[in-house]
Amino acid sequence: MHVIVVGLSHKTAPVEIREKLAVPESRLREALSRLCTYPGVREGLLLSTCNRVEVYAVVEDLESGYGRVQEFLADTHLSLSSEHLTPHLYWHAGDRAIGHLFRVASSLDSMIVGESQILGQIKDAFEVALTHKASGLLLNKIVKKAISVAKRVRTETKIAETAVSVSYAAVELAKKIFSNLTEKSVLLIGAGEMAKLAARHLIANGVRQVRITTRNFQHGLELAQKFNGTAVPFEDYKTELAAADIVLVSTGASHYLVTADDVQRAMRQRMSRPMFLIDISVPRNIDPAVRPIDDAFLFDIDDLHMRVEQNREDRLREAAKAEQMVVEEVAVLGQWLQSLEVTPTIVALRSRTEEIKRREVDKVLARLTHLTTEDRAAVEALASAIVNKMVHGTMVTLKTEATSSSGAAYVDAARRFFSLEETQPAYSSGQTEGQGAPERNGPGHEAGGFPEPSLVQHTTKEPGRRGR
Amino acid sequence: MSSVFFMLTMGLYFVSTVCYLAYLLRRAETLSKVSLGITAAGFATHTVALVARMTDTSQAQLPTFHEALSFFSWMLILVFLAVEFRRQLHVLGSFIVPLALVSLVTAAAFRSDEASTLQPVFKTLWVHVTLSMLGTVGFAVAFVAGVMYLIQDGLLKSKRFNVLYAKLPALDYLDHLNQQSIVMGFPLLTLGIISGAFSAEIVRGTYVNWNPEQTWAMVTWGFYFAVLVGRLTIGWRAKRAAYLTIIGFAGVILTLIGVVLKSHGSVS
Repeated sequence: MHVIVVGLSHKTAPVEIREKLAVPESRLREALSRLCTYPGVREGLLLSTCNRVEVYAVVEDLESGYGRVQEFLADTHLSLSSEHLTPHLYWHAGDRAIGHLFRVASSLDSMIVGESQILGQIKDAFEVALTHKASGLLLNKIVKKAISVAKRVRTETKIAETAVSVSYAAVELAKKIFSNLTEKSVLLIGAGEMAKLAARHLIANGVRQVRITTRNFQHGLELAQKFNGTAVPFEDYKTELAAADIVLVSTGASHYLVTADDVQRAMRQRMSRPMFLIDISVPRNIDPAVRPIDDAFLFDIDDLHMRVEQNREDRLREAAKAEQMVVEEVAVLGQWLQSLEVTPTIVALRSRTEEIKRREVDKVLARLTHLTTEDRAAVEALASAIVNKMVHGTMVTLKTEATSSSGAAYVDAARRFFSLEETQPAYSSGQTEGQGAPERNGPGHEAGGFPEPSLVQHTTKEPGRRGR
Repeated sequence: MSSVFFMLTMGLYFVSTVCYLAYLLRRAETLSKVSLGITAAGFATHTVALVARMTDTSQAQLPTFHEALSFFSWMLILVFLAVEFRRQLHVLGSFIVPLALVSLVTAAAFRSDEASTLQPVFKTLWVHVTLSMLGTVGFAVAFVAGVMYLIQDGLLKSKRFNVLYAKLPALDYLDHLNQQSIVMGFPLLTLGIISGAFSAEIVRGTYVNWNPEQTWAMVTWGFYFAVLVGRLTIGWRAKRAAYLTIIGFAGVILTLIGVVLKSHGSVS
């Protein structure tokens, strides 16, 4: 049995392909049940977002499994053929598939590294798979682990702490001036896209009082309605300054709308309460001479860009830490998966019972010193016979069920009944991985990125080369 | 026993100062937990040292300069732990713990030095010293908040978004902390001065004799009064308040030096 992932993402496929392949929520259920009807596909999970479409599956045979899942993907849209898709797809199996899911869940593979949406999307996809019983023992465990890894990454690194968009950088800066935004008021002068976005972020972060002024008063009224704020006549913006804690300016004006004198006057009225001025317009609308004024903090578009750039670097630094965590977690899960293999379980079971028998026999024989050699052999034979008869049924069941769909569950149960958990199964090496197009920034895709141990033993050809 | 614990406290505060200063420069948050643990341990040994000193009957039952400073340092850490507990403001430790260490080291310099023992044997003196020191703790926290405010203000103005910028809290919180500390410290200092005047009356029969300590105490009191009134009426807040509280704390330090200088003589 093999855990595989076949899919494409923003890194491997253009939006034209992604949008065709994307499965809307309403059709998710139908798609999943179709996936599970393919022969050899035991478990399945379909993750479809605007940036990626991926199928995670547990398949009996690796090579045909890859083929089936690819077929399934091609079938989701009539105009797509399997050949059409091949150059955009990636295929991973075993540890690499699991590592990939962990990286995706932790937002290490996202367009904006550290964004939090993807985790919710994985949870939703998992929910659907669970309710339709498309996922089973293996995928359930793997996806749950992926969710916990993502949470660990989120809490133990600062990957999601900083702003990576200009409009959000404004919020981040505002929070360094005002600890609580709820009682602060925003004055929006002009209505450039970026300023509107920043205003929206500020409102999402608690700002309640919004005043808007635009040259076209009607437009201002409409915006005010949208933001649940009030419109102010454009001629009054200078007098409105003093009442604003945060001033967002973005107009098409080619001159300074807000001068140092205006701000100075406002600061006097404000009795030195700090004021945060953001100028998102080019050419600038706030005179840079405002900068040295005490308690007035002016940031222009370049300042915000600089902040975003720094944050991006910070995130990448944190991402490196997160990658290390993923490697660790894959190794942990790999051990569990490894334990579900039948042969090592039977070996472990045998040595466990042998060990118990040995201990008990030795204990008895040590006391019965008067026994002859034949008697001693008889005692030993008796113990062996009992032990072997006891575990015989279990071993037979394990062997026969190994190829059935619930094989892993039997192995898991046997390991628990006989307390085999502490026994470390021997690792098998051998790794298969393929990619339609190379992915960057992932140790999971470079040689030696993930530790050798793998659930799957296979020496099949690299499927990534198929169709090339 | 108290001296063993006192030395232990000093060692712990020293280590935690080093940790907290390193914390300022590093991204890792784990260091703050280590520092906090060491500080808490230091606070515990400090408490033991203070209690042991108080209950030690072989010592004269007088407040000494050593005890006053040691108590000041203990209160500072207590305030820090309270703020840290409520607000998780780790970076405050990087400013307050060093200050507590400095005052403790100064206290050590005056330890068991009979000459520096404050002379009169009146209960009012205990009240005076305790209240004045509590007021001083308020001003010390205001001073620290002021320093942090000016640093953050400077970083924002010059757009240097470094590690320190990330760790320091929002400007208006620092301004609020500054205000709260003075609002709490000022009445305590006022009571401290009044009780001091009463002790002076008992000792010398006169409430005020304008010695350097008293003069500075009055100047400091007047200064903080102005700062407080200025803030509430004409908007002396933010950067200006930060500067004023830093200057004010310098006045407090001068008053304390005044106490040391005249501690050979009589004390008000």
